[in-house]
Amino acid sequence: MTITPYDPSVFLAIVPEISILVVLSLVLLFDAVWQDEQRRNLGWLTFAGLLVTLGLSLTVARPSAEGALIFGGMLRHDNLAYVLRILFLFGAAVTALLGMDTPNLGRRGEFYLLMLASTFGMLLMASAADLIMLFLAIETTTIPLYILAGFFYRDDKSTESGFKYLLFGAMTSAISLYGFTLLFGFSGQTNLYGIASGLASGQVPVFSVLVAMLLILIGFGFKISVAPMQFWAPDVYEGAPTPVAGFLSTASKAAGFVVLMRFFVVVFPGIEQYWTLVIAVVAALTMTIGNFIALAQKNIKRLLAYSSIAHAGYALVGVVAVSELGINSVVFYLGAYLLTNLAAFGVAATFYRVVGSDEIAAYAGLSRRKPGLALVMLVAFLSLAGMPPFAGFIAKIVVFAAAVEAGFVWLVVIGVLNSIVGLYYYLRVLNVVYHYRSEDEEKPLEITPPYALALVLLVAGIIVVGTLFAPFFGLGNLAALALF
Amino acid sequence: MGLIDNYLLSLILFTPALGALVLVFLPSEPRSLHRWGALLISLIPLALTVYLWFQFDRSLPGFQFEESAIWYEAIQSSYHLGVDGLSLTMVLLTTLLTPLSILASFSIQDRVKPYMVLFLFLETGMLGVFLALDLLIFFVFYEVGLVPMFFLINQWGSEYGERTLFGGVKVQARTYASFKFMIYTMGASLGLLLAIQLIGVTAGTYDLVRLVEIWPSLTVIEQVPLALPVSTIKSIAFWAFVVAFALKVPVWPFHTWLPDAHTEAPTAGSMILAGVLLKLGGYGFLRLVLPLYPTESYQFAGALAFLAVMAIIFGAFGAFGQKDFKRLVAYSSINHMGFVVLGIAAAAFAAGSPQIDPLDANIALNGAVLQMFNHGLSAAGMFFLVGVIYERTHTRNLEDYGGLFPLIPAYGGILIFTAMASLGLPGLNGFISEFLVVRGAWAIFPVFTAVAMLGLLFTGAYVLKGIKHVLQGPLNEKWVGHLSEINTREIFVIAPLMVLMLQLGVWPAWLLDVINGAMTALFQMNALF
Amino acid sequence: MQFPILSVIVFTPLLSALIILLIPGERKTEVRVTALAAALLAFLLSLWMYFNYDTAAAGYQYIEKYTWLPALGISYHVGVDGISAPLVLLTGLVMFTGVLISWGIDDRPREFFAFLFILATGVFGVFVALDLFMLFFFYEIAVFPMYLLIAIWGWKQTREYAAMKLTLYLFIGSVVSMVGALVMYFAAGMNTFDMLELEKAGFSTGFQQFWFPFVFLGFAVLGGIFPFHNWSPDGHVAAPTAVSMFHAGVLMKLGAFAALRVGIMLLPEGAKAHMWWIILLALVNVVYGAFIASVQTDFKYVIGFSSVSHMGLVMMGFATLSREGLIGAGVQMFSHGAMTALFFAVVGMVYDQAHTRDIPRLGGISRVMPYATIAFIIGGLVSMGMPGFSGFVAEFPIFMGVWKTYPWIAVVAVVSIVVTASYIMRIIRKVFFGQVPDEHDGHLSDNTRLDKLALVVLSLVLLILGIYPSVMVPMVETGVENILRLLGGA
Repeated sequence: MTITPYDPSVFLAIVPEISILVVLSLVLLFDAVWQDEQRRNLGWLTFAGLLVTLGLSLTVARPSAEGALIFGGMLRHDNLAYVLRILFLFGAAVTALLGMDTPNLGRRGEFYLLMLASTFGMLLMASAADLIMLFLAIETTTIPLYILAGFFYRDDKSTESGFKYLLFGAMTSAISLYGFTLLFGFSGQTNLYGIASGLASGQVPVFSVLVAMLLILIGFGFKISVAPMQFWAPDVYEGAPTPVAGFLSTASKAAGFVVLMRFFVVVFPGIEQYWTLVIAVVAALTMTIGNFIALAQKNIKRLLAYSSIAHAGYALVGVVAVSELGINSVVFYLGAYLLTNLAAFGVAATFYRVVGSDEIAAYAGLSRRKPGLALVMLVAFLSLAGMPPFAGFIAKIVVFAAAVEAGFVWLVVIGVLNSIVGLYYYLRVLNVVYHYRSEDEEKPLEITPPYALALVLLVAGIIVVGTLFAPFFGLGNLAALALF
Repeated sequence: MGLIDNYLLSLILFTPALGALVLVFLPSEPRSLHRWGALLISLIPLALTVYLWFQFDRSLPGFQFEESAIWYEAIQSSYHLGVDGLSLTMVLLTTLLTPLSILASFSIQDRVKPYMVLFLFLETGMLGVFLALDLLIFFVFYEVGLVPMFFLINQWGSEYGERTLFGGVKVQARTYASFKFMIYTMGASLGLLLAIQLIGVTAGTYDLVRLVEIWPSLTVIEQVPLALPVSTIKSIAFWAFVVAFALKVPVWPFHTWLPDAHTEAPTAGSMILAGVLLKLGGYGFLRLVLPLYPTESYQFAGALAFLAVMAIIFGAFGAFGQKDFKRLVAYSSINHMGFVVLGIAAAAFAAGSPQIDPLDANIALNGAVLQMFNHGLSAAGMFFLVGVIYERTHTRNLEDYGGLFPLIPAYGGILIFTAMASLGLPGLNGFISEFLVVRGAWAIFPVFTAVAMLGLLFTGAYVLKGIKHVLQGPLNEKWVGHLSEINTREIFVIAPLMVLMLQLGVWPAWLLDVINGAMTALFQMNALF
Repeated sequence: MQFPILSVIVFTPLLSALIILLIPGERKTEVRVTALAAALLAFLLSLWMYFNYDTAAAGYQYIEKYTWLPALGISYHVGVDGISAPLVLLTGLVMFTGVLISWGIDDRPREFFAFLFILATGVFGVFVALDLFMLFFFYEIAVFPMYLLIAIWGWKQTREYAAMKLTLYLFIGSVVSMVGALVMYFAAGMNTFDMLELEKAGFSTGFQQFWFPFVFLGFAVLGGIFPFHNWSPDGHVAAPTAVSMFHAGVLMKLGAFAALRVGIMLLPEGAKAHMWWIILLALVNVVYGAFIASVQTDFKYVIGFSSVSHMGLVMMGFATLSREGLIGAGVQMFSHGAMTALFFAVVGMVYDQAHTRDIPRLGGISRVMPYATIAFIIGGLVSMGMPGFSGFVAEFPIFMGVWKTYPWIAVVAVVSIVVTASYIMRIIRKVFFGQVPDEHDGHLSDNTRLDKLALVVLSLVLLILGIYPSVMVPMVETGVENILRLLGGA
């Protein structure tokens, strides 16, 4: 892979990143200018800014079909990055909406700033093609998230959440950094494509590469919260502000996935038969652990945390296939999952704002109290469970299809059995929502405009992706082609 | 009249059902509307049958007035009707007894409309069996008839009496009887159903006219993967048919449902049960068993004759031992129907034995069919008369009656007359047919016939016992002043029966003519030599 | 371009569900009227579709095909053949009568009808789907509303348990089949989910024999095959009346139909190799279901188990792989659907009046509800395979088919007819006739006109089919011919 020489036009590739920095500065500026109540409008500003960025990345920053290595090999400007950017930007925009009316969050400029910073990091993660760039991007993404997770510093749980996240994040970062250094040592290069050709020369023992691979997998595994690096997620999600937890479980996770896919497909084709097996086992474990522990949860955020662990497992099933269809399916899965899980967390956020509880039992009678919100919840949870006509159904099918194509039928069987367990606990929540009665049924449950907008966007997205999937699947295909 | 001639059988068959549908849509009140409506409707098939009777060409063998239409093409079953002398006789019996039964039911007060509707449906069911020339259609009507009968017994049967079931549960006697009737009959027809399916699958058609050509000569059964020789399969199928029809006749030891059902049924129900429904069994033997299984019939004719004789004897003894007037009559049916089966068995045996004069077999067959008709008349009459007295006394216990002749002389006369017909007094119809059966069977099964004569003796005994208890002896004082004479409507019911009993006893030729044609053809087709 | 009748049928319920959701929840009458209008429309359209199906031309008709996801060869491909056309009609029928019967639902009727209609869309979709993916898509749409319908509006004592059990069973079944379907897709290597194409894929015999049990049984779970029938009686009992009607009437056919369409038609060699034990399972269904039904004391459980027994006959008909058996199974699907809908409708009416389904505590219903009584008797006669009713028309060929393949099975299975007769007669006598128990005396009243209309429509269908089987059989026959062609002229 040759590095494209410098040309001023390469700046076009990082227009979205630049745009985010502009938005970030604007937020900083208005945070100082606006007074207490007005600061809520920072959310609209962020939302609009991210949408503009999204527009820019769709138009100006469009890569060529074969992609290019730019900035001295630091970044790879290709369709994989292009598609994932759409996801990150959309996820961040919706998170901004969800955060606006969250108490102690929406009126604080820092929330928007940190989230934008993190998004900035994600955009770079999607295109990083160099170990150094990659590490920087990951840290840029994660450090603001540590703070966001512990945002409610007066709340013990939130503090615990932030601290826990920081500790585990730092540790696993260190471990994967160790893996990076090993790779650098083996190949003498920091560029991923360079490392790949270095390893391909065959002078490095397979065992050593395997060790490096495992170390790196631990770091990435933490980001996407797969077993056995999943244990931080429930505590962190529970303690973190709900919109942040949603962001963590979707955009941040998708960022982890894109890095994982690019890294493993590009760098380790030589030991593919090993790492696919490792990842297959990890996927099986992740699905199973996530789903089974989720069965016992009584808190909606913890339930969603475990469910998101399980979903990482499903997505990994597609990675295992290491094929065009496989990557395609994972990207599609990530998109569908982002819409769905944000909707689920969005409902939780909306509900928490009024009721002040995350207990599943508190959702009793919701369908009588606010039928619309209950319906959103129905859509989100059924999509999580993989029911048509929602996005989760087709996403799950394509992931499983990819694995079947690659011959991993056993993994698919584990996957489908897991999805049954999943169905059980999702339905249990819906049962509470629709079936149980509560004394608060007559009390109003206000949904403010930002919430309403976010939820409508997400539900429309879930249904559109779930029924007219062809164009979105086509985007996934674009992304997949960039790796092969 | 071309249109009517072409569809005469369908008209006869469906008039009652259509009439029933009309009744369904009429208001439930007044009840007389339904009574007279049903009676009028049931007279139409009678009139059509009489017309059919005169249009029927006695000189032609085979089926006449055939109709055929697509019904269930996918399994090669069609709506195929036709009559020969045998079915014509039975149709006449049915269409004759139905209006009389309906007239007899005018005393029903409870839910008249559904009662009449069911009765008319029942008539269609019975006629369908006699008219069908397609095995499947035959089965359809054979089973359909059960449903109205079940409800007639279950809902309008005798309200008194209890039966203790296994396990100590007490149920109403009519419930018990109706269930027994239903389950026995359905259970027995399962074998029939299976055998019909086997035949249909093997022969690829259900058309009787074709089946009697294909099935008996079949030597290989390819379509059904049974690892058994064809003769065994056929024997099993034969017994499946026999059991179904023997239960209907009923032949000992399949008769136990009959006393219960007849006793608990409403009067008109008993009339039809004894008068027509039992004939379905005999008809089944003649229409299906003999033509379809000539070899097996010959082979097992002895066994069948044995069962028939047992039915004759046990029926007679059973009747003699009863204290319940209606049960007595019910057991007498078993006794009389035994002669039908004896005649059939004798003919079946003769069909396989060249040394026996075919004339004997023919006489036996003629006797059997005539016996069916005669028993239809006399049993219906007897049950009706039991009903008449039961309606007045609300008891059926023979001990409770006694010396009623002076109180109700007209009724007494009629009862004696009918009982004599049933007993087989020369000059009345019963004598002719029983004589024919015995005459025919004597040459074929001398031992069985001789034993059957013993049964005949007891027939006299139980009939006289019944008459003695009801009419003779010391007058039971409690009935004085409480017992009214038989009324005009009831006389209208019994009169036609009495006329026919007498007329057939004196000059049976008009009926035997028709029967004989069919029986001769049947026997010729059946003969194995 | 011809009028896209099938798409209209499929999406009418969905659109009306959306419209219903937009009506404010308090305006219950408007909700009901909208629902009834939509159901009537769907029913009439399916009737029109049914009677305009060209039996002489046979094959798949009213075909519509649009690409959906070309990258994977997924298309929106609909059409009906002689097997599915009656089932579409059945769905329309059950939907219409189900709405009539549900008029009295007072707890959130808006959501009830919306979910019911989404369910109906799923069911219609499966019956008309000619694309494997699409079949799964609609199949699952049909499964999940069931959960909510039972859990929310069902019988209080068991609804949560039964709803969950049902959903999980069905979901397990469908995902197992789905794995099989995906394997088939890749094994065919034709980059298409189109079933008409996959029929020609020519899978190797070994492949077919290995995957057939998964695909077939996965769907057959919904068809209630032993030993996976457990969900069904519980589900039937817990469900509200209209849902029981849908559930037993249509949904179970969905499983049987999909098992036929995907299992037998795409993997014919597998079917041939495995049918011997499937017919045994079906036999257990038939006989065991009938016996269990006869010892129940809960009115609805009796009907629930009778469904298990009757669906066994459908499976048995399939398993013969013979012309008669398949025709019978096709007709039985329709006949049982209408019959069991009728049964559950009557059970629901009785329960609404008496507030108990305990058979010993019921009696004398015929005196207050003559329509329900007659309807139940008609249903009962159908159920016991009484000639002259649709049950006979369906069961008789099935038995003929069994004779051609496994004669002993026919001999054993036939026992169920007597058992069925005994329990049906017992119910008729005890519940509908007999004495009205004191506790209900004077509290019972007759059905509404809408209820009666529903009963009359269903009864008529059963009678017409029984007396004149040619309204349906030739059509089913054309479908069966196609299956036989796939089976290699067997």
